[in-house]
Amino acid sequence: MSKHTLSVLVENKPGVLARIAGLFSRRGFNIDSLAVGPTEHSDISRMTVVVDVEDLPLEQVTKQLNKLVEVLKVVELDPVASVQSQVILVKVRADVTTRSHILETVELFRAHVVDVAHDSLTIECTGKADKVQALLLLLEPFGVRELVQSGVVGVGRGPRSITDRSLRTA
Amino acid sequence: MASDRTPSRTNESVEIVSDSVVPVKPSPADIAQHAQHAPSPQGSRPRPTPAPGPIPTPEQVTGAQALVKSLEALGVTTVFGIPGGAILPAYDPLMDSTLVRHILVRHEQGAGHAAEGYAAATGRVGVCMATSGPGATNLVTPLADAYMDSVPIVAITGQVASSSIGTDAFQEADIRGITLPITKHNYLVTDPSQISRALAEAFHIARSGRPGPVLVDISKDALQGATTFSWPPTTDLPGYRPVTRPHSKQIREATKLIAASKRPVFYIGGGVIRAEASELLRTLVDLTQIPVVTTLMARGAVPDTHPLNLGMPGMHGTVAAVTALQKSDLLITIGARFDDRVTGQLSTFAPGAKVIHADIDPAEISKNRVADVPIVGDAKEVIADLIEAITGDEASQRADYSAWRATTKDWQETFPLGYTKDDEGLSPQYVIERIGVLSGPEAVYAAGVGQHQMWAAQFVRYERPNAWLNSGGAGTMGYSVPAAMGAKVGQPDRVVWAIDGDGCFQMTNQELATCVINEIPIKVAIINNSSLGMVRQWQTLFYNERYSNTDLHTSHNQRRVPDFVKLADAYGCAGIRVETEAEVDVAIQQALAINDRPVVIDFVVNRDAMVWPMVPSGVSNDKIRNARGEAPVWDREE
Repeated sequence: MSKHTLSVLVENKPGVLARIAGLFSRRGFNIDSLAVGPTEHSDISRMTVVVDVEDLPLEQVTKQLNKLVEVLKVVELDPVASVQSQVILVKVRADVTTRSHILETVELFRAHVVDVAHDSLTIECTGKADKVQALLLLLEPFGVRELVQSGVVGVGRGPRSITDRSLRTA
Repeated sequence: MASDRTPSRTNESVEIVSDSVVPVKPSPADIAQHAQHAPSPQGSRPRPTPAPGPIPTPEQVTGAQALVKSLEALGVTTVFGIPGGAILPAYDPLMDSTLVRHILVRHEQGAGHAAEGYAAATGRVGVCMATSGPGATNLVTPLADAYMDSVPIVAITGQVASSSIGTDAFQEADIRGITLPITKHNYLVTDPSQISRALAEAFHIARSGRPGPVLVDISKDALQGATTFSWPPTTDLPGYRPVTRPHSKQIREATKLIAASKRPVFYIGGGVIRAEASELLRTLVDLTQIPVVTTLMARGAVPDTHPLNLGMPGMHGTVAAVTALQKSDLLITIGARFDDRVTGQLSTFAPGAKVIHADIDPAEISKNRVADVPIVGDAKEVIADLIEAITGDEASQRADYSAWRATTKDWQETFPLGYTKDDEGLSPQYVIERIGVLSGPEAVYAAGVGQHQMWAAQFVRYERPNAWLNSGGAGTMGYSVPAAMGAKVGQPDRVVWAIDGDGCFQMTNQELATCVINEIPIKVAIINNSSLGMVRQWQTLFYNERYSNTDLHTSHNQRRVPDFVKLADAYGCAGIRVETEAEVDVAIQQALAINDRPVVIDFVVNRDAMVWPMVPSGVSNDKIRNARGEAPVWDREE
């Protein structure tokens, strides 16, 4: 299995997310992460879906997605030719003895402390999935009390836009 | 169907092979143009008011009136349905429509299958209507059925008022959510001004590309609310652009493979029938002289009497068809989808064959079997392009498959379809064969699901497309009677048979009431073996003859629960019982002579008859058995 990041442009209509999520589950494809939001065009939303599949099933996913009437376009983001990022918020146990260690780690990862309490720190980290996972690994020994992760979002490098092109063909 | 799919320009003849039509989003006018009765002159839309000028004046109407006017504008002449609370507003203007005939069914499932039968027999979109909640959920089975078999139907359902949606209101069900995975597309309309747009889009989606079911759920307040009606409405489907025109490079590649092959087979699926491509296919077959197999969904796509037609492939296919695929070096697949009932164990299916796979749905290509030459396009256009390419190609002219043809012919002659009549009881295959012979190729045959379906696929000779209706993908017991009813409404001049089982018949026979009252004289042949025959067959073969829950007590051991002849009588149908071979022809002739009411013939048949040939589930098609304990012996070149 290998991870693939799909950018899916959809009409911004009620029920589209349910349609897409339902398609993945009933065709037996696992979603690793999913992020949805409006684009620069108010009538188009963009989903970034990370799936863990072989090449042939990936082709099926893409074709099945394209069959949905409200899907405008499906593009696979090349990991090299794209920028991909996610956000995590993690609440870590922190007392006097561990706080400075944690802050050091946060600093090294260019992450931020967004909330402080007597015995905890909440850290926000943005970046590629592997960087974020590396930070999590280092924070684990201190005691993770709560973890929330966003889905990965991604965009192709260079001046070209997939929304422009999809609008033109539409 | 292809002409429906091709966006046409106003007042221009529809030119199928126009290059510009493919990726272009159809304009609203295009969609509206695709009214059902395209051949009739003057824009073809039957309208209650004078024909629309270039700028139609909007009329003040209710949502319900907009719904009925939209159906009229779309050329709908028949709706099968049942009213109820939420859809009630729609039934009021429907009563006044002189163009739309509403047929009141007895169960919504009947409405759905009737719409399917109507669509499958005529090629036009079938329409069914139901109320919210249980009315809508009763349509789920026919929608799933239509989705599996690519049948163009539109289901219109009432929904509770938009202010009540999500509150578990009386007769509320999220039918849009429920039908997401079993419709091509669906709508929830809560704004009266959106009703005509949703319907125009629904009809366009249902019949274009790969046909399929579309559901339009309309809230009660949208039906009651005020709006304006003008036709055509503005439609907006930026994400829906079915590709109908095959890529010329792929056609060239296919032509090369065909010319280079030694043992090619046309593997033809139901897509050819939906695309109305049967005639062209025949030209292609005659041109290439390549043997053909027609799947369960494609029976009649090539006449059964055609010398190159090897019959049906798959689990209960002919030895010749199954074996030809297995030994082939090239499958020329058109409108078929490598269903497990055709391939058997996928890894050993046609092991030596390259694959050309043409389908209008790109997702079918390489889904189960990887295609060497994928072709996305409408079957009609693919076949037309192949004919052109092959005609002009020297290598193709030199190609000679005569040795292969002789081999397949030999299989066909050595292992013909057949059955042995038992000493006691009536043979079901004989009954079905006689129905086919006496009713002829112009009749329509709608089967249920099970043994009788397979025998009807095997022993009726199909000479034309749309003559054979059945539930292939979903395998829906109960399809037959309502589908036959729908077909008869769509084609009143044809003899329409429901070839049904005693199990299937008991699932939907209530529609005989609909048939009697609405004067839809279908003919029902119950192949009554007093059991769930196909399940029983498997119990015989694989479960040591332990007949767990398959006895239906409808004829054997002196029990008839119910007595089908009395039941027919109770409905006001003609009821006939046949128990011996001598009575068979007489009864069929009698049924063919009765046209003022439906006829039900209760053919009490031998319950131990089995469907052969058979490839047991999950094994290689090489393991085909042509009778119990009997496998073909390959002592020639294999």
